[in-house]
Amino acid sequence: MRTARATALTAFLTGSALLLSACGGSGFSDDDADDGDAPEEPSEAGGAITVLIGASGDAEADAVTSAVAAWSEESGTEATVTVASDLPQQLSQGFAAGSPPDAFYVGTENLAGYAANGSLLAYGDDLANKDDFYPALVENFTYDGEFYCAPKDFSTLALVINTDAWAAAGLTEADIPTDWAGLADVAARLTTAEQVGLTFGPEYQRVGVFMAQAGGGLVDEDGTTAIADSPENAEALTFVQQMLADGVLAFPSAIDSGWGGEAFGTGRAAMTIEGNWIVGALRNDFPDVPYQVVELPAGPAGQGTLQFTNCWGIATDSQNQAGALDLVEYLTATDQQVAFAEAFGVMPSVQSAAEDFRTTFPEMTAFVDSAEFAVGMPTAQGVADVIGDFNGQIEGLADADVATLLGSVQTNMQAVLDAQG
Amino acid sequence: MSVTPSRRRSGTRIESRRAAAGWLFVAPVLVILGLFLLVPVVMAAWVSVSDWTGRGSPLGGDTAYVGTQNYEALLLGGGLPTQDFGTALRNNAWYVFLVVPIQTALSLGLAVLVNRQLLKARGFFRTAFYFPSVTSSVAITVVFLFLFSASGAVNRLLAAVSADGPNWMSDARGVGHLVLGGLGVDTVPAALAEHGFVGLSWWDWIAGPSVAMCVFIIMAVFTTSGTFMLLFLAALQGISADVDEAATMDGATSWQRFWRVTVPMLRPTVFTVTTLGLIGTWQVFEQIYTGSQGGPAKTTLTPAYLSYSASFLSGQWGRGAAIAFILFAIIIVLTALQRLLLRERGVPRRRRFLPPRAAQATGAAPGPVRDQGATQ
Repeated sequence: MRTARATALTAFLTGSALLLSACGGSGFSDDDADDGDAPEEPSEAGGAITVLIGASGDAEADAVTSAVAAWSEESGTEATVTVASDLPQQLSQGFAAGSPPDAFYVGTENLAGYAANGSLLAYGDDLANKDDFYPALVENFTYDGEFYCAPKDFSTLALVINTDAWAAAGLTEADIPTDWAGLADVAARLTTAEQVGLTFGPEYQRVGVFMAQAGGGLVDEDGTTAIADSPENAEALTFVQQMLADGVLAFPSAIDSGWGGEAFGTGRAAMTIEGNWIVGALRNDFPDVPYQVVELPAGPAGQGTLQFTNCWGIATDSQNQAGALDLVEYLTATDQQVAFAEAFGVMPSVQSAAEDFRTTFPEMTAFVDSAEFAVGMPTAQGVADVIGDFNGQIEGLADADVATLLGSVQTNMQAVLDAQG
Repeated sequence: MSVTPSRRRSGTRIESRRAAAGWLFVAPVLVILGLFLLVPVVMAAWVSVSDWTGRGSPLGGDTAYVGTQNYEALLLGGGLPTQDFGTALRNNAWYVFLVVPIQTALSLGLAVLVNRQLLKARGFFRTAFYFPSVTSSVAITVVFLFLFSASGAVNRLLAAVSADGPNWMSDARGVGHLVLGGLGVDTVPAALAEHGFVGLSWWDWIAGPSVAMCVFIIMAVFTTSGTFMLLFLAALQGISADVDEAATMDGATSWQRFWRVTVPMLRPTVFTVTTLGLIGTWQVFEQIYTGSQGGPAKTTLTPAYLSYSASFLSGQWGRGAAIAFILFAIIIVLTALQRLLLRERGVPRRRRFLPPRAAQATGAAPGPVRDQGATQ
């Protein structure tokens, strides 16, 4: 009897499971059918537009929300902005469910993955202002020869100096470092019992500037070969390691801070290497700290810095691709980008806004000027994991063997590039 | 389920109607369980052997079966996925190895303390010890991050006794390595460095939890001991005072009474507590997600967090699902092992794992309470 009942129970469970999965399956299949029919050209169907953003703070969220509201008013299309608490996760849910937001932020590290699985609409060539974007940024959002999405804005890294501390150490305008030796020297002179000369986060996203200045990098020009274990990179990491050993450089966590800007604002560090977002952060959190932004010093191979950017992705599954494209054109238009720059300190991604930006924000000139020699982040799928692993190792750079460290990055990076084919 | 087997032929019709009614009553639960438990589990199992890219349904036409490829990449590949998974397993194994015994011992100790008749303000202490368990783990994580920051309260306290505290949350040094370094083992023994398991050398395996992970260990003990104290307290109050009194009459000291009488009687609760502890600690996620995101230097990476980051952040859904299933297998195996270790000795083998009712079916004992419904 016991066995019979167990069998019945199993049968029932299996039956209901099949029934349920069949329901689920058919629901999903309907979506797939739609996908199959979805035109490659932007769909003409109207409909409300949802925008998902990962805002850096309230200033950005408010600015984007009001800009989208203005567009909505103008175009007559309903549009809502949602601020994601965890953007990749919320996007993933949308893609899996077949109901993603229409427009959203996409980071360079996610582009390849979203493009490869067909979630992203390659609309770049349909943009009216396509030729106005910085070519380096367009390059960042080109996958498999197709320009996928409009760069939203961009940031570069520069050297931020606390001018009070600078004067207190007896330094003048002439001492602003132009090479590595100069940087190490002023960092040493700025280091006191209460403050460290220089700070920046223990990650490739900061240390990479020295690799660029030494003429190194993670991936070669074609993006097919890893060059992480090059002598140039070793030279760069050895220089950083030496500054750590000398005590003139400390990572933010070692001086009780979450990031370089906080360490700088609280006076625990006299210099930091950060992006243009630090201007807004200092204005909001540490308005009394006097500072100056200068271009990073040149290394053995000349000047170099890193550049970061996001784009406005449009979902292939969007019900109103034409509307979304129109919205993106509105948001990346020259005057709108200048407005965003004023609201939350980002740099416009279009060249036509550069002059306007320079005159409006003279203190940010160094960031814009750095665009000339800035290097983007690698974009291959899976590269974020490799950089994450590299960052983990950079945290222990002080005691690490540079050759071993770079060797492991080389192996991992090449594996990722090979997997891409 | 509560219908007892009957041998009376005349009762068959009534019985089948009764069975139908039974199924009707359990149907809602079965549907809910199926929809929210069985279907997701089956789908996740499918994803773990597929190349699903995260767009549309995994059951759609574009998703192909790739066999054990995802599992192989994690366990045998030798590349970054294997190293990450090995690191996550290492971190979590040390976490479990330290948290489970400590929280079990501590919660038992607390339960014995607040169970004392002589203790004043018992209600206050019971509430105080239980309080961390009802507080959101995210809130506690944030508080711990402040306490253990480089110049936080803990380090100030250590400084007061002239001890130099580490920079807790960014210290990736393994405690095992620190101890070995203290014993004079500075260079890595070649035998340990050259061989390994799941992408990590044995030297890395014996690194022990990092200083940062120790913060999470302390936090886990702090937050869970209250809950388990409650379980032990309930069990202690179920032990009749007569037993203790009898032991006293026999001349047992209080120490002997505790170890020879009380603890053996708590065996089922010890099993419950260690099992719950084991499952909870292997699944640690939200503390890592809010506290460290796996850093510093991946020493607080856990399989649960790795599963999340592989899926949602890297788009490797198959790998993420495979991690979840390996984790599931680890928990099942360890729980079975633990059950074997904690089984009652002296009970005949064939009755050992049978539920009380089945054991009684062979004897003459009257049916337990739950059978009464069926005989009405």
